[in-house]
Amino acid sequence: MKGLIVLPIIVPIAASILIVLFRKGWGLALASAFSMLGLSIYFLVTKFQSYYWVGAWETIGIALNLDPLAKFMLLTIFTLGSFSLLFAKNYMQKFTQPWKFYALFSMLLGSMSGVVITGDLFNLFVFMEITVIAAYSLVAFGVEAEELEAAYKYAVMGTVSSLLILLGIGFVYSSVSSLNFVQIAEKIKNLDSMLPIALAWTLFITGFGMKAALVPFHAWLPDAHPSAPAPMSAILSGVVVKCVGVYPLIRFSVVFRDFHHGLILKIFMALGAISLLIGVLLAVWQWDLKRLLAYHTVSQIGYIFLGIGTGNIFGILGGLAHIFFHSLFKGLLFLGAGSVYYISGTRDLKSMGFSRKALPVTYGSMAVASFSISGIPPFNGFWSKLLIILGTIKAGYLGYALIAAVGSLLTLASFTKVLRYAFGGDRKTDVREVPALMSISMGFLALLCVVSSFILVPPVYDIFLEGAVEVLKLGGF
Amino acid sequence: MILYILCLILFAVGLYGVFIKKDLIKMIMGINIMGLAVNLFLIMIGYKTGGRYPILSKEELHIAKNLFSQMVDPIPQALVLTAIVIELGIIGLLVSLAIRLYEKYGTFDVTKIRRLKG
Repeated sequence: MKGLIVLPIIVPIAASILIVLFRKGWGLALASAFSMLGLSIYFLVTKFQSYYWVGAWETIGIALNLDPLAKFMLLTIFTLGSFSLLFAKNYMQKFTQPWKFYALFSMLLGSMSGVVITGDLFNLFVFMEITVIAAYSLVAFGVEAEELEAAYKYAVMGTVSSLLILLGIGFVYSSVSSLNFVQIAEKIKNLDSMLPIALAWTLFITGFGMKAALVPFHAWLPDAHPSAPAPMSAILSGVVVKCVGVYPLIRFSVVFRDFHHGLILKIFMALGAISLLIGVLLAVWQWDLKRLLAYHTVSQIGYIFLGIGTGNIFGILGGLAHIFFHSLFKGLLFLGAGSVYYISGTRDLKSMGFSRKALPVTYGSMAVASFSISGIPPFNGFWSKLLIILGTIKAGYLGYALIAAVGSLLTLASFTKVLRYAFGGDRKTDVREVPALMSISMGFLALLCVVSSFILVPPVYDIFLEGAVEVLKLGGF
Repeated sequence: MILYILCLILFAVGLYGVFIKKDLIKMIMGINIMGLAVNLFLIMIGYKTGGRYPILSKEELHIAKNLFSQMVDPIPQALVLTAIVIELGIIGLLVSLAIRLYEKYGTFDVTKIRRLKG
């Protein structure tokens, strides 16, 4: 039974290889993603824990570690991954070789689960590289001039950040002679010189900050995310940024807890607050729908860091819940933008103005997602933002609480604009609603945007979030 | 110590190439130099002057304790092998993107490849 842990890595990657062999395989990709979604829910419900040494090389080999935080991230990856694939069937028809998309997409899902499951520093780097190489290729998937430009920019920034991270791993290894998370956490307690660890943290915050698009390093994101095909934009903004950027940083804050844990959390909060404010301020002025959404990703990642940086239960719970909630509503918004593009071929808000009655599903799901991201009460975004603001107040940072509240208001303003311009008119009534699979995918995600709020309520909370919160409160791996 | 600092200077040279040079291919060369600097750094962590390979033959078993201290750490070498493969893949992807960009824009100059705002 311990071996079940390797399935979320192996199954999507095997699916990817099979798709390349058969040159078709939307069904295979979808089946692997949905079965892994089922498996990650099974892991959560049965409280399945596993610490697995690959190839049975105990203590010296590569460890895989399925702890509650990893399980929660798996749920996030495969929820959005499955529904994006469901959406992709019709959307990708206009491309010449959609099987390449499905192959790369499955590879991306498998390697992201590798990033979250791994218990080894270098293994994390390897899976991260597989993830980003697939992501660069998928951003350039349309091979138009703008897409290639965005992919090149993304690839250069991504490679520089990867090399900074690899250098940081070198510093860590030179000081503790181990790459295993548990062993590092043990050995770091009685080190003579903390200097290599300090250098490594600097490199990690820069490197993963570039990958997570925290504000001084965010320039690539608004180009790269909108250039990809819609299902890929959804997964890039919803999951990839978190798996290769946010997750490693919060995991390292647990692994290196004996190295100035409080200071690291303060840095998270400061970076989070800056990203939150600047991201939303840049987003308000955008007229390209997908670009606007991409800037909001910068801002929402700021919320996550602000919440987790507070270090108290409210903030951590809010930040973790926001990881999941943001993947749902940002994924849905990008899929909605994709279906508007599918219908009309435009991303410019000024030239939209569709009739609401002609596009009930697209409008409805976009509206739900917009309310969620702006934090309107019954929807999920409200609860996580409320918890994050409560957390900052409890930690005694009223300024940050104010920034979070202002950011939320500006988000609301920005999405009022989106709904008003995209669906405000009655001029264009001669449009047809998107095909059934796309509607089903968006409808389910919209439903989840409402229903997922229940993961904050005790009986369900115990299953999904309690363990992950414990991990971040330094209750062990 | 001086070797480590030289290694980091090599890294900075690569970083300079990526962020200052205007030519797509020169940027890729900068990335390559950065990658080599990191690999060199990793190798130097495990290196010992006059060290030996970390494999024992049957005849050496009785003097194994003396040999252990002379052995080179094999893990950084394994890491570097992996890292070289990854860098090869990334450089290949970047070069193919650069070729496609050249087909579209007719230039390798980044200042002229600017249809996106960011």
